[in-house]
Amino acid sequence: MSPKPPSASLPAHTRTAWAFVLPFFLVLSIFVLGPTLAVIGLSVSDWKLGETTITFVGLENYEELFGDRIFWNSARNTAVYTLMVVPVSVALGVWLAVLVEASRLGRTFFRSAIFLPVVSTTVAMAVVWEFLLHPTLGPVNTLIGYAGVPPQRFLSDAKIVLVTLAAIGVWETAGYVMVLVLAGLKSIPSDLYDAAAVDGAHRPWERFWTVTWPLLGPTMVFVTIIAMLRAIRVFETVAALTQGGPRRASEVVLFTIYQEGITYFRIGYASALTVVFLLVLLVLTAVQFRVLDRRAHYG
Amino acid sequence: MRTGALLRLAVLTAFAGVFLFPFIYMLAFSIKPVDEIFSGSLSLVPGSWGGLRNFPDALRAEPLLRYLLNGVIVCAGILIFQLLFAVPCAYALAKLRFRGREVLFGIVIFGLLVPMQATALPIYLGLALSGLADTYTALIAPFTASVFAVFLFRQFFRTIPEDLLDAARLDGCSEASVMLRIVLPMTMPAATAFAIFSVVSHWNDLFWPIIAIRSPELNTPPLGILAFRSADAGDRYGELMAGTVIITAPLIIAFLMAQRRFIEGISLGALKG
Repeated sequence: MSPKPPSASLPAHTRTAWAFVLPFFLVLSIFVLGPTLAVIGLSVSDWKLGETTITFVGLENYEELFGDRIFWNSARNTAVYTLMVVPVSVALGVWLAVLVEASRLGRTFFRSAIFLPVVSTTVAMAVVWEFLLHPTLGPVNTLIGYAGVPPQRFLSDAKIVLVTLAAIGVWETAGYVMVLVLAGLKSIPSDLYDAAAVDGAHRPWERFWTVTWPLLGPTMVFVTIIAMLRAIRVFETVAALTQGGPRRASEVVLFTIYQEGITYFRIGYASALTVVFLLVLLVLTAVQFRVLDRRAHYG
Repeated sequence: MRTGALLRLAVLTAFAGVFLFPFIYMLAFSIKPVDEIFSGSLSLVPGSWGGLRNFPDALRAEPLLRYLLNGVIVCAGILIFQLLFAVPCAYALAKLRFRGREVLFGIVIFGLLVPMQATALPIYLGLALSGLADTYTALIAPFTASVFAVFLFRQFFRTIPEDLLDAARLDGCSEASVMLRIVLPMTMPAATAFAIFSVVSHWNDLFWPIIAIRSPELNTPPLGILAFRSADAGDRYGELMAGTVIITAPLIIAFLMAQRRFIEGISLGALKG
C-alpha cells in the first residue's frame, strides 16, 4: 500500500490537512476506538452499572465464560446456523446468478424478485414469516400438508427451530450473493466462452466448470466471507421470532451478548463474550481469506 | 437449446415465487378480514373487501407514521454527519500530504474490522452515564464516524487527476473550495451509492435501537413493528400485516424505483463485510 505522492508543486498544507481529518478522528475515538479498548478493559473487570469502583479481576470473566454451558450452546448454535446458511446461500446465489445472466426474458424482474429480501426490513419480514409458519393456520403447513407432511411447529420445536431460522437466513442472503456474483460474471470476457466452445465445451455446465468457475475464484472468496460474516452476526430473526428459544435451542452469540449485557447487566461477562466474538470474526476472516485465496489461484 | 431456455425460465419463475412468497402473503393478508385469515385458506384474493379497513385500523392502533418519521430522522441524521466528517477526512488522506497520514489510514483500516456489535456495550454504558441513552442522539451519534465512508471516498478521490486540483489551486482556491467545488461534484455516484447503503442498513437495524431505546415514541421502524406485534396479542393478523406493509413500503418502493442504484449501493457495502 503505497499511495502516489501528491504532486511536488503542492505546498505542505499541514494545518489544513489536520483541520480536515481531526473532526472525524475525534468522533472515531469516542465511538469506535475508545469503546473497543473499553470492552477489552471491562472484560477483565467486575464493574457494574452504577458503581464507582472498578476492580481488576484478570481472566475470571473468561474462565466463567468458557465453563458456561450457555456460552457453548450459543457458540454451537451460531456455528450450526452459519454452516447451514453459508454453503446453501452461496451455492444457490451462484446458480441463480448464472441462470439470470443467461436468461434474456425477464432478467430485471428475476433479479429484483430475488434481491427484494435483502432490502426489506428483516424484523418486519420476520413477523410475516411467523404467520406463514404458524403451526395451525400458516400457509406453509397447509402447503406441506398437500405433500402429506404432518404440520410442523417450525419455531417452537427445538429440533427444527435452527433449520427454520437458517432457511429464512438463506432467503435473505442468496439474493445478495447473486448480485455480487452477477457483478463478477460481467467481468468475464465473452470470447473465453467462444474459445471453450471451440475446445468442445458445449453444454452449459461444461462452460460453467471450464470458464466461469475458475475465473469467478476471487469473487467466490469475497462472497463466501461476506455471507459468513453476515450469518455469524445473526440477531434480528432470533430476537423477533424465538428469543433464543425454545429452551435456548436457537440462542446465538449476539443474542447472548444482548441478554447478558443489556437485560441482566452482567457487564464483565458480556464484554468477555464480545471480545471472544470479535476475535473469532477477525481470525475467521484472516484464515478463510488465505485458504480460499490459494485455491482461487492454483485450483 | 430452446428447451434449455424454457427450463431456465421455469426454474427462475419457481424461485422468484419462493422469494416473493412472504411479500405476496403479506399483501394478501393485509386486506383480508380476520375470519378469512383464520379459515386457513390459501386464497390470495379476499372474499370480501371488509379487510381494507385493516389499514386505517393499524394506523389507529399504533403510531406507525411516527415510527416511519423516526426512521427518516435517524437515517438522515446519521447520513448527514457521516458525510460531514468523512468527506474532508477522506480528501485529506487522498490528496493532501502531511505527516501521520499513513498512520491515520492504518487506523481507518483497523476500524473497518470492528463491527458495531463489538462496541455496542461500552457505547451504551457511556450514553447511559451521560444521560443520553434513550434519545435521538443515542440512535444517531454512534454511527457518525464511518470508517467505511472514509475508505470509500478516499479510494474515489485518489482517481481524480492531480492537475485538475492544481489548476484550481493556482487560481487561488483554498483546499476547502477545491474539495467542495471540484472534487465533491465528481463524487456524486459514489456518494449516492454510499447514501443508499447507509440508509438501508440503519433503517433496517434492530441490534442498536433495541439496546439504546426504551421510550415507545422513539421507536425506529423495526422496533415499531415489534411493539405492534406484542400489543396485537395475536388475534388481529390482518392489522398486523397491514402494519408491516406500511413499515416496509418506503424502502421497497424506493428499491423498485431505483433498482440499479440500490443494487450498486448495497453491493458496495459488501466491501465492509
